[in-house]
Amino acid sequence: MTSLAGYLVLSAMLFAIGLAGALTRRNAIIVLIGIELMLNAANLNFIAFWRFSEHPEALTGIMFVIFSIGVAAAEAAVGLALIIAIYRHYKTTNVDEVNSLKG
Amino acid sequence: MTLPFLIVAALTIAAAVAAMTLRNLVHCSLALVGAFVGLAAAYLQLDAQFVGFAQVLVYVGAVAILIVFAVLLTRGGEAPAGTVFSSSWKWGALVAAVVFGLLAWAIKNSFASDRRPTPQVEATVKQIGEALMTKFVLPLEVIGLLLTAALIGAVIIAMRDEAKSK
Amino acid sequence: MAESLDQVFVNLKHWLVALLPPGNLQSWASLIISVAAILVVFATLFAITTVLERKGLGRIQNRYGPNRVGPFGFLQFVADGIKSLIKEDLVPRAADKVVHFLAPIAMLVPLALTLAVLPCGRNMAALELDAGLLYFFAVGAGAELAVFMAGWSSRNKYSLFGAMRAIAQMVSYEVPLILSAVTVIMLVGSLSPVKIVEAQQTYHGWLPDWFVFTPWGLAGFLLFIIAATAESNRSPFDLPEGESEIIAGYFIEYSGFKFAIFFMAEYFGMFAAGGMAATLFLGGYAAPAAWLGFIPSWAWFFAKMMGFIFFLIWLRGTLPRLRQDQLMNFAWKFMLPMALINIVAAAMWHFMPPGLPRWLVCSAFVVGPYLLLGRGLFGQQKLGKRVYRYAD
Repeated sequence: MTSLAGYLVLSAMLFAIGLAGALTRRNAIIVLIGIELMLNAANLNFIAFWRFSEHPEALTGIMFVIFSIGVAAAEAAVGLALIIAIYRHYKTTNVDEVNSLKG
Repeated sequence: MTLPFLIVAALTIAAAVAAMTLRNLVHCSLALVGAFVGLAAAYLQLDAQFVGFAQVLVYVGAVAILIVFAVLLTRGGEAPAGTVFSSSWKWGALVAAVVFGLLAWAIKNSFASDRRPTPQVEATVKQIGEALMTKFVLPLEVIGLLLTAALIGAVIIAMRDEAKSK
Repeated sequence: MAESLDQVFVNLKHWLVALLPPGNLQSWASLIISVAAILVVFATLFAITTVLERKGLGRIQNRYGPNRVGPFGFLQFVADGIKSLIKEDLVPRAADKVVHFLAPIAMLVPLALTLAVLPCGRNMAALELDAGLLYFFAVGAGAELAVFMAGWSSRNKYSLFGAMRAIAQMVSYEVPLILSAVTVIMLVGSLSPVKIVEAQQTYHGWLPDWFVFTPWGLAGFLLFIIAATAESNRSPFDLPEGESEIIAGYFIEYSGFKFAIFFMAEYFGMFAAGGMAATLFLGGYAAPAAWLGFIPSWAWFFAKMMGFIFFLIWLRGTLPRLRQDQLMNFAWKFMLPMALINIVAAAMWHFMPPGLPRWLVCSAFVVGPYLLLGRGLFGQQKLGKRVYRYAD
């Protein structure tokens, strides 16, 4: 079995990749994809810690991840609905161009 | 670092990088599906079977399809003409690199490297169900409410306003 | 004698595995034998089912089916296979090459994976997972993405229409499918198909203990097979791939072997749905009566699965196609409330003592809403007397 550090490093890498994508891409949907990757990386962290914990029968890690998956799905739905509504108004999904409230 | 873990990790990271760097949005969404499946394989390696299958069912079966529909509804089917990265992409990449460096340093200096796995881990669906109904019943009800609110909210936000759009 | 015939395949596999030296090699060999057995059996069944379908449809439509190749046309699948292999593989110039190539594989692999958890006979489930039913539905959901990949990568308007309709249909009917399985899960207390079948092995007098012989079980079974028909895009829910409507929908730009792979994937989906319906509601590999136990368990399972396939072929030849909005109305306004009410009926069945009152209450709970919903939703369409108009 791989050590805990292996899973944690994988989770950190996925988080960093998701963060990089969310901060650098222009399209709003890709930003949302980056956020989903970050949430998944955190879930992997929870499951890895649960597996290597001293009391795995408490199932705390699994419970957290189940609720996290549910919340992430709800957030993706609402976020995408917002993006569709914004597209309908601004006719673009470029995050740099949705700046009417600026300055 | 066993071989199955290395293969799964390599595939997941390759899929995540592809999801963040490809030009065509639909290709990005499909690469994201690959990352989700890789993560589900990691969960199965960690003996969390229920979570692994729930990940495939919810993320691959629902969230990925949502993303794909949104891409098509916002006319993202064709690759954009200019660059796909925003003007301040260097700062974003720097922040991500710093975050990863910090996390890796924290992991290296912690107990994580020499933690042995607990030998007998069993998370049957029966135990999860019992825990959901006794210890975690309040979060269960709250997440039911949250999902209902999100469902109604998403439909109302994305609904076409018949009166206003002339 | 009956026992050894029942376990003949299990004993064969153990004998083959024991030929190898013990250790890692044996577990690999066991795995490979299971996988090869599933693929060979279901691929052969697929071949036979294509011929059966064409002959069955032909007879329903008052004509012979294929009857040239082989005795009574039963080697038609060989001719079809050779044809699909030697046909030119056309890829449109504007198509997205990588996604276009991967879509058939992405459709076949999930649907073939779902066949792994079906308990084909006593001790004959290839994969005995604790969360087997969740695995089945999760992996089945992976096929929807392949439909989108096929439709979008062809860069064809009609292809995209067909794919969008197909995804909307599959996503909508997934909810009643899973909810009707939830009733069985609730009463058995386990997600494992092996345990669900084992809970239906006993007999009460002359009636077997199958879940289909209870009010909520019958309602659940009907909901499950209707939702499974819609999930496999079979008639009468085949608007996404109807030939007269949208020229085969998301299959348009596929020719030759890729089309054959899509075809095979669809039939594997039908086999998986039939097998799961048999497992959940029809007692899996149990015989209908105790004295019929001499017939092997795997024969009963495949007989029930082929019964479901025959039912699907019958439906295809008989019923007209549903329009897209009729389809979606049916799923969300009728099947979803019925499935939820069915769960309540199943819970009441579990908590009431066995006897006549339990039957009456549960039947009322199932039939009442069915009549109310049916009259309420679909009784408003005023269908007048048929009027014939002739050209003068």
